[in-house]
Amino acid sequence: MNPDILVIGGGLHGLSCALQAARRGASVLVVERHFLGRHASGSTAAGVRTLGRDPAELPLSLEAAETWHKMADLVGDDCGFKACGQLQVAEDDAAMASIAARIARLEKQGMHHEKLIGADELRELVPTISPHCVGAAWVSGDGSADPHRAICAFRDAAKRAGVNIIEQCQVISLGRNGQSWQIHTTKGDFSAAVVINAAGAWADKIAEMAGEPVRQAIRTSMMVVTERAGDVVRPVISSFGRKLSFKQTAEGTLLIGGGAQGRLAADKQSASVDVQALSVAVQAAVRLFPSMVGTRMVRAWAGMEAMTEDHLPVIGFSDQAEGLIHAFGFSGHGFQLVPSVGRVVADLAIEGKSNQQLDAFNVNRVSEKGVASC
Amino acid sequence: MSYDVVVIGAGPAGMAAAVQLAKLGISVCVVDEQPAPGGQIWRGVERNATSPVFKALGEDYQKGSSATAAFHAAGIDYQPAAQVWQIEDGWKVFLTAEGKSRCITAKAILLANGAQERPVPFAGWTLPGVMTVGAAQILLKSGGMLPEGDVWIAGAGPLPLLYATQLLELGGKVAGYIDTSQKPSLKALSHLPAAWRDFPGLMKGLRWIWKLRRSGKLVRNTRNLRATGDGQLRQIEWESNGKTRKRDVGVLLVHEGVVPRIHETMALGCDHDWNDQQKYFAPRVDQWGETSRKGIFVAGDAGGIGGWKVATVSGEIAGLGIARFLNIGIDAEKLRREAALDDGRKRAMALRPLLDALYTPPQTPIADDVVVCRCEEVTAGRIREAARASAPDVGAVKAATRCGMGPCQGRQCGYSVQALVAEVNNLPVGDVRFFNIRPPLKPVTLGEIATLQDVEA
Amino acid sequence: MFRSVMAGLKEQADMTVYVNGVETPAWDGETVASILLRVPNVGRQTPVSGETRLPYCQMGVCFECLAVVDGVPSVQGCLMPLKDGMRIERQRGRREVGQ
Repeated sequence: MNPDILVIGGGLHGLSCALQAARRGASVLVVERHFLGRHASGSTAAGVRTLGRDPAELPLSLEAAETWHKMADLVGDDCGFKACGQLQVAEDDAAMASIAARIARLEKQGMHHEKLIGADELRELVPTISPHCVGAAWVSGDGSADPHRAICAFRDAAKRAGVNIIEQCQVISLGRNGQSWQIHTTKGDFSAAVVINAAGAWADKIAEMAGEPVRQAIRTSMMVVTERAGDVVRPVISSFGRKLSFKQTAEGTLLIGGGAQGRLAADKQSASVDVQALSVAVQAAVRLFPSMVGTRMVRAWAGMEAMTEDHLPVIGFSDQAEGLIHAFGFSGHGFQLVPSVGRVVADLAIEGKSNQQLDAFNVNRVSEKGVASC
Repeated sequence: MSYDVVVIGAGPAGMAAAVQLAKLGISVCVVDEQPAPGGQIWRGVERNATSPVFKALGEDYQKGSSATAAFHAAGIDYQPAAQVWQIEDGWKVFLTAEGKSRCITAKAILLANGAQERPVPFAGWTLPGVMTVGAAQILLKSGGMLPEGDVWIAGAGPLPLLYATQLLELGGKVAGYIDTSQKPSLKALSHLPAAWRDFPGLMKGLRWIWKLRRSGKLVRNTRNLRATGDGQLRQIEWESNGKTRKRDVGVLLVHEGVVPRIHETMALGCDHDWNDQQKYFAPRVDQWGETSRKGIFVAGDAGGIGGWKVATVSGEIAGLGIARFLNIGIDAEKLRREAALDDGRKRAMALRPLLDALYTPPQTPIADDVVVCRCEEVTAGRIREAARASAPDVGAVKAATRCGMGPCQGRQCGYSVQALVAEVNNLPVGDVRFFNIRPPLKPVTLGEIATLQDVEA
Repeated sequence: MFRSVMAGLKEQADMTVYVNGVETPAWDGETVASILLRVPNVGRQTPVSGETRLPYCQMGVCFECLAVVDGVPSVQGCLMPLKDGMRIERQRGRREVGQ
């Protein structure tokens, strides 16, 4: 089973790359160390958000937004996507001014997806929100999805497209042999012309094996989920300048995240919840929705994901090794980008180029200098 | 607040350990879910001392009086009616009591949180009217509650026999008793000689069985028990000798043994071993009860099912082990020898190999239409379907089906999901891991989490 | 479904609680969960299918005994001793927010 393309990492990005490459005729194998979606993809809040994106990510994000609205065309299921909108709330006038300035900048660049709304419109959209909020940025076409449903949908679509997936399969070493990669794993050896590094929190290990050491930190963002509650809020809510994201799922559970960090184990293989740090995020949520104080948290977790210094992902060819494409470092906001990044990486893998401008995502931003290529 | 030791659970093990620790001058706080000490075995023992149910509950129950008296006499800080919802490194114990959360720090923690009944899903087990024998016995100890109408018991092990005896004593009635235990194997009988060490225990069990046989209500060799009714238990049915039998039933009490409470040790990342005979995980402990995590000790049924006598001795041993860990200049080995704790444990364990071999968990496959996860209402069929599509890992099945995501945190479905994943993948059950246990150990309000900043840690 | 042996022995109940608004005699040692088994129509309705459940384990591990106690939803009934005057209501489906 030697594929054209071997994808390392069975998260959503790996699956999306695999699916879209296979659709274009390549034979693709995905190897996943644990099970599909074990880390970042399975612990995400699954926000589908163009709102507040770094301008460098916006072209990819806006392309992805279009796909999310017809996700069934791509994977045969809507992945639980609901265009319930995303709101970035301003809790004071300073926040409101910053939001207004950002939206003005975007509009100057011809991007009109974000809309500034005042207190009255905010309360119409979210009657339960605390009265101290003065306004918000609003993207009505944004929303959120169900991450687990997305994993199953991308997995099943990839399989239908002929992708082979091997779970509980860890890459032990990578090496070049003539025109191809030799990939040594716990479930056998493979060779492939192209390797895609979508290994998330462990992407630096893969890069290093391939002869391209990179600097990467691990984010351990925590999430809280409550018991199923009556209707509280429809859109996904964040608050300007605060670590908060908040939404209500289709089941009625409330999901609170936003970047409060858990504890990374010494061996960097797992992360655990730090409730006192979590308390800050919950405080922010309760300040916006005081009526939730009595609702019970039933579960909290800390996901693990690669984070770069500038919080932008690494997408594109390796600087050092031929036939290696990176897709990692999404720094806590990669979920929405899954369809477009998969398309771009499939372009790179099959045609060697992409129509998207990828300079901002170049691996040389995070390369450890002075290391010889393989 | 800070102590040398926080003991979680005020049953036989927790009380014995706390008394031992207090005797050695170690500061200890005992945190317990119940409003009064005694654990499940001696639940309400102080209150019931003057109650008409006291006599009927039997000798073992009455022995709880002296244990709780000794516990109170030791002057131990005791936090009843409190739920521990998170334990973090540096040993911070977060608990909630009367709607407020607090954090207690300690150098060592003893988990003496006991056991729970093994959940065994069958058709209709979520119907009102179906509950466990242990639950019915707790009701007896809490306000003297007796089941009414046609009461049936279905199960195996000593507890249903004991409960039936207590019930009859108090004027309750048992309409029928379905003995689900398998025929004793030769292997089980080979444990008999050792069991004679606990002659009174053995006699007690035999007396219960005789009583029951005489009642003429014993049903054996049954298959496919189902509870039926529209929103309320009305009937049970089972197969016997190729025929389907039906009975009108008011209350059905079920029991298939008990398993350690492992959510705390699992959440802490302690190593666990699989007990393949009894089909449960238990934390791996050393001879002092210390787990693979330094400073986390386990005693009593939480470390493997042994019953209250074993729990008491293991609590005393863990008390000495913690003193040894705290390095307070005592000779723990000597104290252990002088108190003959190991002999005591051996005696208390005498009957266990026989019971474990006699009463092995049922291995009948769960039918596809049976609800396995009670909280999220996920059937065995859906779990199998998800398991077929993913790696042999309960985490993947949980993500795909939501099983184990409800407030009980997989306490009811954990072992069933593990068994189903093993079945689908044709693996030994013990080769499949348990759910990852996430905080909180018990649901806690957002308001309590939000105000943690104001709580000293 | 259950009755207290005390009912036949004592002349007077130890306390009175209000179950779905109805005055109900109760006995020392009882918990909210035992009331759910004595009085009809207080068992929780699940937030998934809406079917009715009653307490299963009585030892804090099944969460079938959730009830609204003195206005607080999602209380584990088996861990809550009854107090004189306590108000117990049925928990229906998803818990209400902001009450």
